[in-house]
Amino acid sequence: MKKMSLTVNGKKLTVSCHPFSRLLDVLREELQLTGTKEGCGEGECGACSVMLDGKLVNSCLVPLLQVEGKKILTVEGLANKSLTPLQNSFMKCGGAQCGICTPGMLMAGYALIKKKKKLSKQEIREGLGGNLCRCTGYSPIIKSVQNCGTKP
Amino acid sequence: MTWVGKSALRKEGDSKLRGQAKYIDDISLSGMMHGITVRSPIARGLLKKIEYLPGVNWDEFITVTAKDIPGNNYVALIKKDQPYLVDEKINHPEEPILLLAHSNKHILEKARSLIKFHIESLPPVFTLEEAIKQDPIIWGTNNTFKSYAIDRGDVESAFKDAHILLEGTYETGAQEQLYIEPNGVIAIANEKEGVTIWGSMQCPYYVHKALVPLFNLPPEKIRVVQAETGGGFGGKEEYPSVISGHAALLSWKAKRPVKIIYDRMEDMVATTKRHPSKTRIKTAFDKNHKLIALDIDFTIDGGAYATLSSVVLSRGTLHASGPYFSSNIKIRSRALATNTPPHGAFRGFGAPQSLFAIEKHMEFCARELKLDPVKFRKLNFIKHGEILGCGQLVKEKIKLNSVVEKALIESDFHKKRKAFVKTNKNSPIKKGIGLAVFMHGAGFTGSGETFLASIAAVKATPEGKIEILTSNTEIGQGTNTIFSQMAADALNIDFSDIEVVQPDTAHVPNSGPTVASRTCMIVGKLVEQASKDLKQKLISAQLLKEKYTRKEFISACKKYIKEIGELKGSSQYKAPSHIVWDEQKYQGDAYGTYAWAAYVAETSTDTRTFETTVDKFWAVQEVGKVINPLLAKGQIIGGVAQGIGYALYEEVIWKEGRMANNKMSNYIMPTTLDVPEIEVHFLELPYSYGGGGSKGLGELPLDGPSPAILNAMEHALKITLRQIPMTPEKLMAQMEEINK
Repeated sequence: MKKMSLTVNGKKLTVSCHPFSRLLDVLREELQLTGTKEGCGEGECGACSVMLDGKLVNSCLVPLLQVEGKKILTVEGLANKSLTPLQNSFMKCGGAQCGICTPGMLMAGYALIKKKKKLSKQEIREGLGGNLCRCTGYSPIIKSVQNCGTKP
Repeated sequence: MTWVGKSALRKEGDSKLRGQAKYIDDISLSGMMHGITVRSPIARGLLKKIEYLPGVNWDEFITVTAKDIPGNNYVALIKKDQPYLVDEKINHPEEPILLLAHSNKHILEKARSLIKFHIESLPPVFTLEEAIKQDPIIWGTNNTFKSYAIDRGDVESAFKDAHILLEGTYETGAQEQLYIEPNGVIAIANEKEGVTIWGSMQCPYYVHKALVPLFNLPPEKIRVVQAETGGGFGGKEEYPSVISGHAALLSWKAKRPVKIIYDRMEDMVATTKRHPSKTRIKTAFDKNHKLIALDIDFTIDGGAYATLSSVVLSRGTLHASGPYFSSNIKIRSRALATNTPPHGAFRGFGAPQSLFAIEKHMEFCARELKLDPVKFRKLNFIKHGEILGCGQLVKEKIKLNSVVEKALIESDFHKKRKAFVKTNKNSPIKKGIGLAVFMHGAGFTGSGETFLASIAAVKATPEGKIEILTSNTEIGQGTNTIFSQMAADALNIDFSDIEVVQPDTAHVPNSGPTVASRTCMIVGKLVEQASKDLKQKLISAQLLKEKYTRKEFISACKKYIKEIGELKGSSQYKAPSHIVWDEQKYQGDAYGTYAWAAYVAETSTDTRTFETTVDKFWAVQEVGKVINPLLAKGQIIGGVAQGIGYALYEEVIWKEGRMANNKMSNYIMPTTLDVPEIEVHFLELPYSYGGGGSKGLGELPLDGPSPAILNAMEHALKITLRQIPMTPEKLMAQMEEINK
């Protein structure tokens, strides 16, 4: 067990966990931020995607010791009272079906839009290539990102 | 304002987008323990002894074996052959033998490694050929779960009179549902309160039915609640009965809540998959290329236990002749036992297998007869007033030709078919375009809906809102939204006035399982009728006139509840009188109605690497009235993507009856970079017995992609392809064989 401080969704926190704990487990079990999902546990499906100091990562592959002092953004940190433009776009374009890949897809879309304002379809496809969805066939998700505008 | 036909926004969308929706692994109860399943390492044998090796303090663990089962050790479904836990006989790899629970989930894996099973192995059966040989017999008297026979006309004489006979054999592989949320449940079980399950599932009442005999408890002592469910596709139709029973058994002994969540590898290796199949088709044509006789032999691999194989086989059998007419038909089909984990429900439920075979065969025949594949199909299409393979007279108007025309026009089929032949000549990348035409019967097969006799209800709240009460689950396909649209229209109120109640067997009637493309069409109709029943109660109580505003409706509801009491409307399914199925003769109106479709795939195959990509896809279908275009399109695109995986990428590699590639990194499902633009077009022919005029559409998009894609590859490569998944390795092997 080790005490570590990190910033999650704008809040400074201290957690006491094994340094090799997966960031995913710390988020879900220690901080009760269950919006971030586990789909495979081997970095293949992207359901556990979060932003770590502005970079998209699979939280199932990140040990806690790597996030000491860093900033993490999860799906719970996106909306305030109202949904963000990207969440609204997912709603309108049918980007969420069963919803289990949605938090990860939103984070991957967020990372894309933050990086570049005008995205081609191919850039979106490549940017979401690490996130699996079994329901939508992807085009509604690609459209959600494309139609979102310049702010996520 | 009417809601049916509009793209109303997903009812539970907000909570899913905020990450607030509670899936089963997001729920934690106080005092909860974690459970795991310890499984058989071998395919077939006799369990002699369980040894607990030193290394953990076993007193801290709850252990459950077959001997701890308070009731009956079988998973109640159709037959009683599948045990919850192995008593003595082991029939497949990964069969559950022992359950373990501990409050610290991290110690469980260590404990698993310290369990030693002493097993005397028996000779197993792994292939259909071995199962047919009956050496050894592993199930029943002949390794056969079920067989069907359809005979009409005189196939043998027609074969004698035929101008030409053509024959082919077609094979399809297993396919993993690969919902992104693995199976999981939480159970609280004890003698005083009975059993309560919360879980990821499609069919709460299936789980309910299975737990009654397992615990020998009266039905009211069992309660099953669906948590938000992260995809199902059939994979959470029957399997949740197994994992729920396991968690409940652990909880019963622990006297504490127990959670079991499978990790991805366990979910892939141990739970159901689409049935592999083999189909031999023999066809006879007259001089004018009319199909005069059809002889189909259809076999599916059911795995080690009967589960749903008889019903999967039935749907496959009844779809086996495709959308074609022949006055002489002979179909033989069987579901066989092998020592692999049981195969089960997966979107399409037997139809994608047999439709792949007939659509590949018709393409093969067109080529052998040197005919245009479209003209040849059209010549043999079923028409209004003719009889389908299953013996069903087509009484409804059908728009099959218009569906096909639309697909040809939108894809520019004929032009591309010619153009690609030219451009392929000097290129290592060969482009092709292919078509598949098919139908999908909506609702339960045969008398299934009559036996289910589903009930749906609606109830007014004291605030004047309307609650929909059904056991049909939202698993991403849009149940909550479409039910709300249909109820809003039936009651002439707003979409926002409707709430869909969480499926909970303690509170909702049994409206049947969420399967078979039945939710919108069958249960949607019941929701409409229940809504009308409620409205009629208000009118009879003279609280509402025939014509009313939304405000008047809401205040009438409030008044009724205040002055009279509970305000509820309900409706029970009754088959329309014109739908008649003869179970004894196995023929008749197999389905209330059919959705009809024509899919076109455009592909590129690199003849250096043998990789194939789908460049563009067109999906045209007639599905009755489209209730919600956005959701309907989402169903089609998502289904086509699964179909692309089925055709090209998704290969289950079997080793000694066990899935060897049980990871997302070596079982390859399509990503954003593999799924092309999919154009969706709907033709509408409202079906008067379906909710809002709808026909079922959820499974339809799994039927068409694999034959359309392989037909496109054949066009590009000028070879005959007869099996899926057509991976680069298999294509290379086949092309090298030809080049020899």
